[in-house]
Amino acid sequence: MRIKCPLCGERDRREFYYKGAAIDLARPAPDAGDVAWDDYIHNRENPAGRTKDLWQHEMGCSAWLVVERNTVTHEIYGVELAENVKRGMK
Amino acid sequence: MRYSGFKVIKEALTGHKGWTPQWRDPEPQSHYDFVIIGGGGHGLATAYYLAKEFGESRIAVLEKGWIGGGNVGRNTTIIRSNYLLDGNEPFYEFSLKLWEGLEQDFNYNAMVSQRGILNLVHTDAQRDAARRRGNAMILNGSDAELLDVEGVRKLYPFLNFDNARFPIKGGLLHRRGGTVRHDAVAWGYARGADMRGVDIIQNCEVTGFKIEDGTCLGVETTRGYIGAGKVGVSVAGSSSRVMEKAGMRLPMESHVLQAFVSEGLKPVLPGVITYGAGHFYCSQSDKGGLVFGGDIDGYNSYAQRGNMPVIEDVAEGGISLIPALGRVRLLRAWGGIMDMSMDGSPIIDKTHIDGLYFNGGWCYGGFKATPAAGWCFAHLLKTDTPHDTATAYRFDRFRTGHMIDEKGQGAQPNLH
Repeated sequence: MRIKCPLCGERDRREFYYKGAAIDLARPAPDAGDVAWDDYIHNRENPAGRTKDLWQHEMGCSAWLVVERNTVTHEIYGVELAENVKRGMK
Repeated sequence: MRYSGFKVIKEALTGHKGWTPQWRDPEPQSHYDFVIIGGGGHGLATAYYLAKEFGESRIAVLEKGWIGGGNVGRNTTIIRSNYLLDGNEPFYEFSLKLWEGLEQDFNYNAMVSQRGILNLVHTDAQRDAARRRGNAMILNGSDAELLDVEGVRKLYPFLNFDNARFPIKGGLLHRRGGTVRHDAVAWGYARGADMRGVDIIQNCEVTGFKIEDGTCLGVETTRGYIGAGKVGVSVAGSSSRVMEKAGMRLPMESHVLQAFVSEGLKPVLPGVITYGAGHFYCSQSDKGGLVFGGDIDGYNSYAQRGNMPVIEDVAEGGISLIPALGRVRLLRAWGGIMDMSMDGSPIIDKTHIDGLYFNGGWCYGGFKATPAAGWCFAHLLKTDTPHDTATAYRFDRFRTGHMIDEKGQGAQPNLH
C-alpha cells in the first residue's frame, strides 16, 4: 500500500501512522453529554467499502492526513491535509 | 452415527461404504425458535450447546458461504487460558476446561494437543509482569510456571538466548495451553448440532432484520424470510456490516490479521512459543509446517489479505528469536478479518432491540474462546441472563467506564 502525501508525494505505507476513522475531526462540544461523547469515542461506522481515515506522515513531514480509501480493495481514492479538511468543515 | 475405533476398523474391512455425510443440507423452514447468524466456530458452538445443554431443538444456523470458511479456518489454532484481568480469565479458564473434554463431548477428533505455551521474557520488568500474570492465572484455577533461562534452554535449546539487545531471561510456561485442529472444531460442532436437529443452512446470507416496535421478529435472507423467536449474531469480522442492518454502530473496527505456514519440517518445535521482544509466535502443526503470526496490519480492512510490512516484521521477529528459521521457506500466507473492539475484549450481550443478541468483538483471540463463547451465548439466548464467566462482556461497559483493557491502550482498536 502506498499513500500520496500532499506535501511529500507518494510514499510507502511504512512511513505512516494510522489513527482510525476521521471522526476525530468532528469532536462533540465539551458539554455535549456522555451519550454523545461515548458515541464519539467508541462507536464506529466501520464500513466495508469507501471510508475516510486519519493517517499521520510520521516518518516524513509529520502532517496529519485524511485518506479516502476502500477497505475491501485497499484502493486509495484521495489524500487531503487534515488541516484543510477541518477548515472546510467550519 | 457415532465414531469409534471399532467403526474405523469395520469400515476398513467393508470398503468404507458405511460412512454418511456429517450433516444434512436442509431447506430453511419459515420459523425457528432460535436463529444463529454465522456458521463459524462460535455460531456452530452456540447452536450445539443450545441443543445439547439447554434442551432446545428448533434452531437454525445461517451461513452466507460455507461453514468454517471464516476465521475458524484461518487462525493459528492456539488455545490458552493465560489472561490477566478478572473480567477475562475466568471465562478463558472455562473455555480451556471445555476444550479438555471437547472431543469426548462431541465425539469428534479435533486433535486437541496440550503441548504447552511459553511466553518468553527478556527483561526484569517483563519477568515481574510474567510473575503477576502467572499468579492471576493460578488464582483463577489455571496453571502457570515461571521458568528461568536454564528451564527455557532445556525445552528449546535452539533459541537465540544471548542476543545482545534482547537476551532471553526466562519465560512463563502455561502447560495446559496448546493447539487444536481448527477445521475439525467447526465440523465437530456442526455434526453434533445437526445430530440434535439443528438446521445448518449454508449459502444463506442475511440481508436484513425484521424489527417492529423494538422487537426483532426474524431475518431477511437470500433464501427468503425466516421468522425467529430470538436471533443471535455471531459473525466475527463482519459484525459491523451485519449489525448496521439493525441500525446499530458497534464499538469496533475490522482489521486484517495475517498468518503464515512454512514448508513441512521434521519435528522441531514441541510446543507454542511467543517472543517477548517483538510480535511473533510459533508452533508446529502435526503435518510439520511451522505455523506463525504477529501483529495485525493496523488499518481498517475487510480484504482478507494483508500487506508486505507485516510479513517483513513477522519474519524479522522470527529470525531474531529462532535464527535457524532463516533457512526455512514460507509456504503460504493468508489473512482474516478481526472485529477489533475498543478495549481489546469481546461482547456477549443483548442489544437494545428485543430478541436480538450479539456475540463478537473477539479481536484476534476468538478461536481459543470458541467453546465458552458458544456456551455463554447459548446461555444468554436461552435464559436472557449472562453466564457467570461472561458478566463483564457488556455493550455498556464503554460508556460506564468498565473496560477490560488487557494492554491498557485505551480506545484505539489497532493498538490492542
